[in-house]
This record gives sequence, C-alpha cells and structure tokens, in this order.
Amino acid sequence: MEGYEQAAADAAERLAAAADLDAVAGIERELLGRGSQFTEAKRKLGELDPSARAEAGRLLNDARGRVEAAVAAARARLTASGLADRYAAEQLDLTERLPRKTVLRRGHFHPVTQARDRLEDVFVGMGYTVAEGPEVESAWYNFEALNIPDWHPARGSFDTIFVNLGEPEEVMLRSHTSPVQIRVMENRKPPIYIVAPGRTFRADTADATHLPAFNQIEGLAVDRNITMGDLAGTIDEFVRAFFGREVKSRLRPSYFPFTEPSAEFDISRPDGSWLELGGCGMVHPNVLSNCGIDPEEWQGFAFGFGIDRLAVMRHEIDDIREFVNNDVRFLSQF
Amino acid sequence: MKVLLSWLREFAPGIDGDPGALSDVLSALGLTVEEMTVTGAMPGGVVLGRVLDLRPHPDADRIQLVDVDDGSGSTLQVCCGAFNMAVGDLVPLARVGTVMPSGLEIARRKLRGQTSEGMCCSEIELDMGADAEGIMILNDRVAPGAEPGTPLAEALGLEPDVLWDLDVGANRPDALSVMGVARDLAAGLGVAFEPPDWSTPASGPDISAAADVEIVDPTLCGRFVGRVLRHAPAGSSPPWMANRLTALGQRPINSIVDISNYVMLELGQPSHTFDLGRVSGAQIRVRRARDGETIITLDGQHRILASGDGVIADGDDDVIGIAGVMGGASTEIDADTTDVLVEMAWWDPPSISRTAKRLNLSSEAATRFRRGADWGYNVERCMNRFVQLAVEQGAEVAHGMIDERGNLPDRRPLRVRTSRVNSLLGTSLSAEAMAGHLGSIGFGADMRDDGAGIDVTIPTWRWDTETETDVSEEVARLHGYENIERTVPTANEAGGLSTYQKDRRLVREVLVGAGCCETQPMPFVAPGALAAVGLAEDGITLVNPVDDSESVLRTSLLPGQLGAVAYNQRHFNGDVRLFEIGHVYLPALEGQLLPDEREFLAVALSGEEAPAAVAVLDLLAEALALPAVEVRSAVLPGMHPTRSAEVVVAGRERGAVGEVDPGVLEACGVSGRVAWLQIDLQEVLEGPRTRRRYRPVSKYPPSDVDLAFVVPDDVAAVQVERALRASAGSLLDRVELFDSYRGSGVPEGSRSLAYRLRFQAPDRTLTDAEVAEVRQRCIDETYRRTGATLRS
Repeated sequence: MEGYEQAAADAAERLAAAADLDAVAGIERELLGRGSQFTEAKRKLGELDPSARAEAGRLLNDARGRVEAAVAAARARLTASGLADRYAAEQLDLTERLPRKTVLRRGHFHPVTQARDRLEDVFVGMGYTVAEGPEVESAWYNFEALNIPDWHPARGSFDTIFVNLGEPEEVMLRSHTSPVQIRVMENRKPPIYIVAPGRTFRADTADATHLPAFNQIEGLAVDRNITMGDLAGTIDEFVRAFFGREVKSRLRPSYFPFTEPSAEFDISRPDGSWLELGGCGMVHPNVLSNCGIDPEEWQGFAFGFGIDRLAVMRHEIDDIREFVNNDVRFLSQF
Repeated sequence: MKVLLSWLREFAPGIDGDPGALSDVLSALGLTVEEMTVTGAMPGGVVLGRVLDLRPHPDADRIQLVDVDDGSGSTLQVCCGAFNMAVGDLVPLARVGTVMPSGLEIARRKLRGQTSEGMCCSEIELDMGADAEGIMILNDRVAPGAEPGTPLAEALGLEPDVLWDLDVGANRPDALSVMGVARDLAAGLGVAFEPPDWSTPASGPDISAAADVEIVDPTLCGRFVGRVLRHAPAGSSPPWMANRLTALGQRPINSIVDISNYVMLELGQPSHTFDLGRVSGAQIRVRRARDGETIITLDGQHRILASGDGVIADGDDDVIGIAGVMGGASTEIDADTTDVLVEMAWWDPPSISRTAKRLNLSSEAATRFRRGADWGYNVERCMNRFVQLAVEQGAEVAHGMIDERGNLPDRRPLRVRTSRVNSLLGTSLSAEAMAGHLGSIGFGADMRDDGAGIDVTIPTWRWDTETETDVSEEVARLHGYENIERTVPTANEAGGLSTYQKDRRLVREVLVGAGCCETQPMPFVAPGALAAVGLAEDGITLVNPVDDSESVLRTSLLPGQLGAVAYNQRHFNGDVRLFEIGHVYLPALEGQLLPDEREFLAVALSGEEAPAAVAVLDLLAEALALPAVEVRSAVLPGMHPTRSAEVVVAGRERGAVGEVDPGVLEACGVSGRVAWLQIDLQEVLEGPRTRRRYRPVSKYPPSDVDLAFVVPDDVAAVQVERALRASAGSLLDRVELFDSYRGSGVPEGSRSLAYRLRFQAPDRTLTDAEVAEVRQRCIDETYRRTGATLRS
C-alpha cells in the first residue's frame, strides 16, 4: 500500500516539471487512465478482506486525490503562462501611429444643418411639429394669401427672384418661409403648432454677409385664445432654451403685412446691448380667412428668423460664402 | 426717415431728455432707431475765414498757400491740399489748437519749408457731411454780412442737435414726417403735441380766374387742393432751411423745390408745382391714362403710359404729369415762370403703387402716396405752410384755394370690442385705458353707452389703419409691448419630427459615419452647366438672376457636387467624400403651375471607383430597411457607361449609382475618378420598407461552404447569388462573395466568383450528409440557372 504514496509523490514531481499541457495530459493518462496503476489497484480492492478493504480504499483515494490536484495545478500553471506568453507576443505600442489602410475618419454635418437641427429639437421639445414646403412658389402663397396684394409697398422690399413660369411675377423662388404657414393652414384645422425651416431666396449679390440663397425658420401657432402674451412668452422660452438661461428677449413694434400687431424680437448680449433676431406678430385676420380659418374663433402668432446667422454667430464665421463653397477644410471644422 | 430733435420740439416742446433715452422710447413705439447722431457740435476754434490770396507752394505741386483773414486783423498763411477756393470765398478755418472731430489737434507746422497756421476744412473733416473732395465754400450758406472770425456754429446758425434715422414701417405713412414722429414721441413721453399752423394773407388776384381743376376719375384722386403763387422765389434757400434739408439727407436745389421738400419732410404732404403759364387753358384734368399715351417726365425720360396710370392732363387733354409719381417737363418751372400752381393731392395708393412699379420709377412723393397720404385738414395746413414759406421769400399768393374732392376712405366710427382687444393681446385693459392710449395719438375714442366697447374714429393720416385688429396694435404700441405679461400656450399634442424627417436625419448620420462631409451648394447653375454634365438642358430659368452664372434651376445634384469636388481639388484638398440632400426642380407636370420639385440625395466620392458608391447604397439600404434594392447595369446620362447602374427599390427606378463619365469629369475640371450615387430621397423614404421582424438566433454551430464558380461575363453576380439562394433553401443563413478573379485557370470571357455560404439550422447541428446534399444542390442549380460551373 505504501506504493501509492510513493507513486503520488513521484507524479507531483513530474507534473511540476511538465513543460506543456500535452505533457500534463500524458502523465494524467499514465497514472489515472485505463490500465494505470491506480485504476488497477482500485479494481483489485474487491479481492481484499472486507476488514482490510476499508483501510486500503482510503489510502488509495487519498493518493489519487493528490495526483488529481497536482494535475489541476500543473494545468493552471501552464494555462496562465500560455496567456502570458501570448500577451507578450502581441504587445503593441499604441503611440506608434503608422498610416493605416482603412482610415477611420468621420464626416461632418454642414454647420447650417446643425443649427437647423438644434432649432427643430428645441421647438419639438415645446410641442411643435416640423412642416416643409416647396422652394419655388406661386404669388398666392408667397404674397397674396399673406395679405400682400400686388400693389403693396412691402412687395418691393423682398427683392424677389422670379421664375420663368406662368404669368409675369406669378412664380418665384420663395422670399421667406411664410408660404409654408399658408400651406399648413389650408390643409389642416387648428390647433396648429408648427415650425417650418427651409431655404429662401433674395436677389442679393453674394458677399461676406449675403447670399442669394439662405435659410430661415418660421413658427406658427393657431389655437383658441392665443394671445400676444403667448407670443412673447414663447419667444422668451425659445431664446432661453436655445441661447442659454441668462439670455433675455424683448419685442419691439414693427410692421409686416401678414401679422398684426407685428414686432421685431431682440436678444440680449452679454454687454447689455440688444441684437435683432427676427420678426413676429399675431397672425393677421385676413391671413386666417384666406386659409378658411375663422378669425373670430381662432387666433394665432407667427415668427421667423434666419438660420444661417445663428451658425455664423455660434462659430464666429466671418464670410458666409463658405457655406456654399463646400471646402472640406471649412466643413470639417464643425 | 430722418428727424432732428430741434425740429420735433417745434411740434412738442416737451420732448426733452437724454438722447439715448429718447431713442429707446422711439424704438419702443415702433419707430426703430437705426442710427443716432449728435450734430452741430462744432469744435471751438473753427471760425469763418475769408480767402485773401492763393499762391503756389514753391516746393510742392499738390499743396497751395492760402492767405486767410480770420478776423484777428493779421493774415494767416495756411498750406492747403485742395484747389476749389477762389479769392474772396468764405471758408471754415480751424485755428491752431482746435481739436477736430477726428481727434486731430491743429498745430502750427511747416510743410516743405512753408508755415501753416491753421487748416481750411472740408465737410467730412467737420463731420458735417460725406464730402471729402474740397474745402466747404460758405458764401451762400452764411447770413449776409457775416464777418471773418465769427465762430462757424454761429455763422451757420448751427446748434447742437440730435439726428435720428428711423426705420418706419409701410403702415405708417404719417411717420414719414417730422410732425408724425413728434406726435408719437409726445404720446410716448406723455407730453403735449401742439402742431403750429401757418396762414398768410393773400396778396394776389382771385384764384378762380387763374386756374381750373376737374377730377375726372374720382377713384384715382380723393382730393385736389391748389393755390396759385405769383413771382415764386428763385435762387437758393435761406441757410436755416438748407441746413435742415441737408441734415435730413435732402440736397438743397432751389427755393421752390426746397420749399416743396421741406413741407413734405416736415408735415408729410408731397406737392407738385406747375408753371401755370405753360398749362394749356390753365386747366387741370385728373384722369386715367389711355394705353400708349406718352410724356417726358422731369428727369428727361420719355415714358409710355398704360391704361390705369393716373395722370394730370391740361386743357387740351394732353398729359402733363404722372399723378403722384413724377411731373412732366413741359410745365416745369424755370427762370421765366411768373405764376405757379401748387398742387397738393390725395391719390389712391394702389393706383400710385402700380404705376410707380410698372415704370420702375420711385420718388419721395410716390413713397408717401403709395402708403397713403393724409387727406384731412393736414392738406390745408401743408398748403398754408408752403405759402407762408414762399411769401417769406418774396412771393405773392392769390386769393382762394381750389379744393376738389373725389372718393375718400370711409372714416365712420369703428366699433372696437375691448374684450376682443384684450383677448388678442393677453391684457386686461379697461375701455378707459384703451381710449386714453388711442386719444394720445389723435384717434377719436368714445366709450359706448352699452358698455360693448369703444367707437373709434381713425384719423385721416392713418390710411392703412381700418380694422379692430389695426386698432389693437395701436393700443399695444402705446401700452408698451414690454408691459404685456408673458405666457406660454400649451400645445395639447406631442411635438416631433415626421418619420420622413427622422429618416432624413438617419441618412445624414449614416453618411457622416461613412466619412462624408455634408455640402450645400447653391441650387442654381449656369446656362449650359446641365448639358456639360450630360443632362438635358431643360432647367427652369430665372427672370432676374443675381448673376448670369446662376440663372438656371438645377435638375440634378451632379453639377453642384462636381463643382464642390473640383473646388476642393483646386485648393489641394485631395480626394473628398461629399454628400448633399437638396431640392431639384424638374419641369412642371401636366396641368401644374409649379415645377416638379423633389428632394434628392447625392454622394460623390472622388478618387474612388463605382463599388465604393454601391457600398454606400448598401449601407443606406440596410439602415433604412429598404426592401429589394437592386442595382441594374444601365447607360445613364452623365454616367460612366460600363460602370453605372440604375438603383431600383421595390421594383421602381429611384436613382443611379456607379461612376461619373470621365468626359464629364474632364469638362468639370475634376481629375481622377468619382464614384457617384444619386437617389430620389423623397420617393425612397416615402416608399415601402421592410418590417424588422425578429428571427430567432440559432444556438447550434453553422457549417461554412466555399464554392468558386466560373461565371461567363454576361452573367451578373447577382444572378449567381440569386441561384444560390434559391437552391440553398431555408438552411442558408448567408451568402457572401469573397473573391472575384480573372486570369490563368479561368477561361477568357469568364471570371471566377468565390462565395462563402453559411448553413445553419435553428434546432440542431447539421450533419455532414445534410451539408453535402445542399452543397451539391447549390452547384447543380446554379449551373442550371446561370451556366456557371464549379471551378475545379
């Protein structure tokens, strides 16, 4: 019976010296596998006296347990050192920035798109949906339905770019986003809470601060009992959400044919001065009537301002023509 | 509109205080201050000087020596760079020690050896105007007998004053005058508004013998007031008047024109003067023009009139003036004129507006008439003022006044509901408070006995103001926009982007993730630009483009994108990956007025080959869950004929993918290849989508099978793939093309396409026999369907 003890001790010694997992598996097979010394001894236990059998079985199991533990220990030792070897072999210096075949480079959203998305998100948060309309418009949507008849002095101030379609001055590139108000009101019954961003056009020669094609956003709310106080409050909430809690807004009387009362709205600058941002007012009853909405039942406000200018202000861009040059050295700054 | 504080105070002496604070009040009233300038603050040390002698500088060509009498008794020598003076002229002289508006201090100095003891000044140097060309010659601008040495401010009658440049809305014809601005400002400040009146005893004969006026078309002319002057003043206006006109931006011309302008700026009423001697029959007929009638206007232009234009005709019914827009040359006043007919009329604003626009002829008078002049007492007030100023300058005035009437706007009292005003503004003002605001700017406001509101009489100087809403605006203006309590309405529906808008953002995000920069070129192109990229030259044209190179509306995003690629290449930015989402404008559909306007997406990858664009398409198709996206080889305009395909989504042609034609690239100045994708984004996003339904993920190991086929060139890879899919059946998890090879071992006219097929069952591990069977089926079926043979 002492032979088990010795065999277990020998096995532990051999396992401790094993160089790889294959060697461990060989030793395991030799000592514990079919036909091995321990397996044979277990089979022969049955031939012993019952009185001697218990003692012999205990010694055998002890020795076998020691061998199994030695195998497990050898495996663990070799697995760990195997990973360690692999880690060592795969070591990289991540500060080596060699040129790569697949270059990871993200693209860039146009700064005007970014401004537009941010505006949309603020108004969506205030319960508005986003409406859109065509860029080539008829005189009805661009002027007449907005209470600007053909003789109106305000028509001249739009510097409209006309299109060779229909009667003279019947079709044009929209000079503001306000036509979308009309299209929405013609197609939907109040309550209406929309903003309408999009491209607009004026016959302005391109320079550092003008482009013949630029972007505006329009807002329209029509509901029962919408007041001018609601307009001022909405502008205020938007200004604080978009520009920051500390920025204030104010309304000054102004004139637009499609709103009455009309106002310009300004935002405060850190130095205490005011910056004119856009125009707004209560939707003119004629405009509501033109869209089949009863002005005695419904009231509304509208506002509008330029989007490009917000991008110009945010990024301190000194030449607005960069917006249409599409130079990647410009675009990839945003 | 420009106004001077001193002039405003002639109408409301109570207007006073810090100019900045007054500016704030003006702006809060809607008379937005564009600019405020403190004027007439002449630096001490600038005096009237008289030129005694002019001599060339001995050592300098561009400087002359001027001897100036500065009233001190001694003669000063000044070196001067201007040459517009003559001996005897009165000029502004800045003495040594004067600090000029620019901050420059005048010192005694030597210029090329000659002493200069002061400076003769130009307008701009004294901050009195923009003229920097020569020295101001003051001979006609100072009171007669003004002596050298008189401080310039005193000599010119200048006093410190404030000049405001106001932005006045088209609904405020009244505020295009000093009096109108004074009325508002007085109301805003709560001080009295007391317009002066002027009347002058007549001295000439009875007017009824002198002129006769008939309003033939009462819809054109609501009121025609006339007076006759004899010996109208000629020559230049007195300095005080010239100074005021200059301050308000009106160049002094001659006495009678200046009076006309002065009255218009002061009181808002334009006037016109006829040489009565040249008016045939001394008769005026106010009527509409007949088509094709002609007139030579005061500016010397020959103009052809159209029916509807308002005109003034004479006793022979010949046109002698365009009503409210511009007078005619034939009755213009000149040195031989004795009798002058002064016209002050009220014209129908739409009529004047249409004529001024049609003739592209604008004038200060037309600007006021098209906004609606005052037809009330102010017309007489203005006529009185005109006569008074003319008589002061030596004219005689005939007895009596012509006053013919046509159709005038209705100004019966308007019932204004206080509840309606409050509901619109979000205020809770009493009827009394509203009436007080309205009364302060000359509106009649009587409280109704039935308590239902106010009967408001809108004044005649507010043509544009007619309705309850208009009156509400006046109440809001006087109450103060800033005094309206701010509230926020609660929309009862959730806000949000539409599916289309969200998907469009997703498209942008996918493309930015794929390394593309978003571009926004202008949507116009030059004539020929569409043809240059191989497209039909059928873009809609603009009537009045800003630039001829931007006169056609694009029908494709290709010109703009190639322009952007070329721009980047020219600026050494190398190859770029660009995209754009923008509108194109296709010819109008049958029966439609407006173009067929669509939102397109384009991707341009310079330096890349067609498959790069297909890869972008696949990326988008996956992100948007587009069903059945096919790429069908096709020859397409502007595209590389053997490297392009139609993009077909759910059976509909939606765009193009591939490479841009090398010829087009060359024409656009682009070097290298450009991989290109353009799709009708609107149709694609609004079209069908695949529903992303859950498919259980198998827990059992897959079996991969690689098959390489020899495929004839006329068989598209997609056909092989379809055959594989069809034959593999439900055990097929995916098919992937991993190699395309031509060369030795593959017959000419064919290529080898190698696919990796992954087979997997959801409920078991596939046996070798099962995999072998499906593999063989794939080989047989693919051969049967496409003629592709397994490469041995």
